Amino acid sequence: MNKQKEIIMKYVFLVSACTSILSVILICLFLFVNGIPTIGKIGISEFFLGTRWRPANDIYGILPMILGSLYVTLGALVIGVPIGIFTAVFLSAFCPKNIYPSLKSSVELLAGIPSVVYGFFGLVVMVPIVRELFGGSGSSIFTAGVLLGIMILPTIISVSEASLQAVPKTYYEGALALGAGHVRSVFYAVLPAAKSGIMAAIILGVGRAVGETMAVIMVAGNQARMPQGILEGVRTLTTNIVIEMGYAADLHRDALLATAVVLFGFIMIINLSFAYFKRRALR
Amino acid sequence: MSENTLSTKESSSFSSKFNKQMNYYGKDFKSCVLLGAVGISAFLTFASLILLLGYIFIMGLGNLNPSLFAWEYNSTNVSLTPALINTVLMIILALVLAAPLGIFSAIYLVEYAGRGNKIVSIVRITADTLAGIPSIVYGLFGLLFFVTTLKWGFSLLAGAFTLAIMILPIIMRTTEEALKSVPDAYREGSYGLGAGKLRTVFSVVLPSAVPGIMAGIILSIGRIVGETAALIYTAGTVANISSSFFASGRTLAVHMYVLSGEGLYMNQAYGTAVILVGCVVVINWLSSRVAKKLVKGKTNG
Repeated sequence: MNKQKEIIMKYVFLVSACTSILSVILICLFLFVNGIPTIGKIGISEFFLGTRWRPANDIYGILPMILGSLYVTLGALVIGVPIGIFTAVFLSAFCPKNIYPSLKSSVELLAGIPSVVYGFFGLVVMVPIVRELFGGSGSSIFTAGVLLGIMILPTIISVSEASLQAVPKTYYEGALALGAGHVRSVFYAVLPAAKSGIMAAIILGVGRAVGETMAVIMVAGNQARMPQGILEGVRTLTTNIVIEMGYAADLHRDALLATAVVLFGFIMIINLSFAYFKRRALR
Repeated sequence: MSENTLSTKESSSFSSKFNKQMNYYGKDFKSCVLLGAVGISAFLTFASLILLLGYIFIMGLGNLNPSLFAWEYNSTNVSLTPALINTVLMIILALVLAAPLGIFSAIYLVEYAGRGNKIVSIVRITADTLAGIPSIVYGLFGLLFFVTTLKWGFSLLAGAFTLAIMILPIIMRTTEEALKSVPDAYREGSYGLGAGKLRTVFSVVLPSAVPGIMAGIILSIGRIVGETAALIYTAGTVANISSSFFASGRTLAVHMYVLSGEGLYMNQAYGTAVILVGCVVVINWLSSRVAKKLVKGKTNG
């Protein structure tokens, strides 16, 4: 009896372990079965290189959205990467011990704030400020980039800080012994040694920025046209899906699924490169 | 007069130290610049958090009034209570689905699977993949599979299943780490006393891994509370308490999104933001408490 129970439970555990495999298969199946034939139907070059997205006329070109995602992500990196890495350096090498725990938990809090709250903050604070300062509507690539830059900060900070902490103390001490000051030892000995980990942090940040939906939708303007400039509105791959899925039907709906396939493809590339750099960092 | 000399003496010793440091950095322009960049960046990071929280709380606390907490939602009170109850229901449902699955898979990976088991590496890869998928893709999948194919319609259940897949990798990962950190001596002791494998797992290994598992569950609750994109097209946006598992109901984050999207109820949106951020702060505080317990437990053991 007991023996039977053991065997049954072993299979219960095994089946549970397989649910994540099953989920990935289901997700891929449902997206790809509907999405990939649609790309073929629209035409690969028309779909990826088409500059117009006009569901009413059955014209589906997602180049504007791909560029939109790209520009917004670049904006986020310009803001988030330097600030994030320097803050990680601060936390690992310059931070007074007594305030470290509270700063560490504020980074965690920054990571935990829901994206709708970020979006709301962007909508009621940043959009009006941008409108006042630079004119235009205020909802723009610039606004979305800055907001996403803040949102990816905690990701970049915590992963880079962990990789900075993982650098052996001897690197720092060796640099000091050679006559470098504290600042130089940290920046020229410890930081380069943590390079792979920091790259992994940046890639994780890219993944977060590309996949972010709700915050972007509230501040980016969402016009489905080729990006016109840094202070003009733009639509990303993610927001394209949310905005139109509610009323889409037939080919339009399938075109949105194809958009999700493209998004999924980007995320897969990002994840693979993250895994690559993480493995290098561990070595 | 004497007081004056005393203070100059003190300050001179301090300023000499300061000057020494400044002389050093003064000679080294690069260090100065880097130091400045570090200071400014750290300031910007923490200032943006303080600005965000400060703004939400200052603008929101004034907009919290009893009508916001009325039991029934209507367009005059824009009550958030139904959304809050839906959120709790969603958390419970998603955890009921995902927690056993996640914990059991971690048990399989750590306790049962042998070294070099193929399934283990496939499960790891798929779990990492799941962790990286953006929430809108989950939402789309939920819409296609649970809502349309299984014909559940926009419902609490469809939302909960979607979220369960989303939090599965979080629970799996943290449980795995927690199980791994249980010393092998515990297992050996249990076997030595004649317990079987199953008994060892449930009465010896799991109880000592509870704080770690709890940390994962709290993390997942945080994710559920903040999730919007995966829920709009699965659980829908009906503003009342869902009458059954197959009825639509919006959670607090979705409620917040709809309010700020409509632009008609900005005051209520501020109030809702305070409650939402308050929940997140409490969840973060809880998880740091649990994390502290974890560290303590490790030093004791």
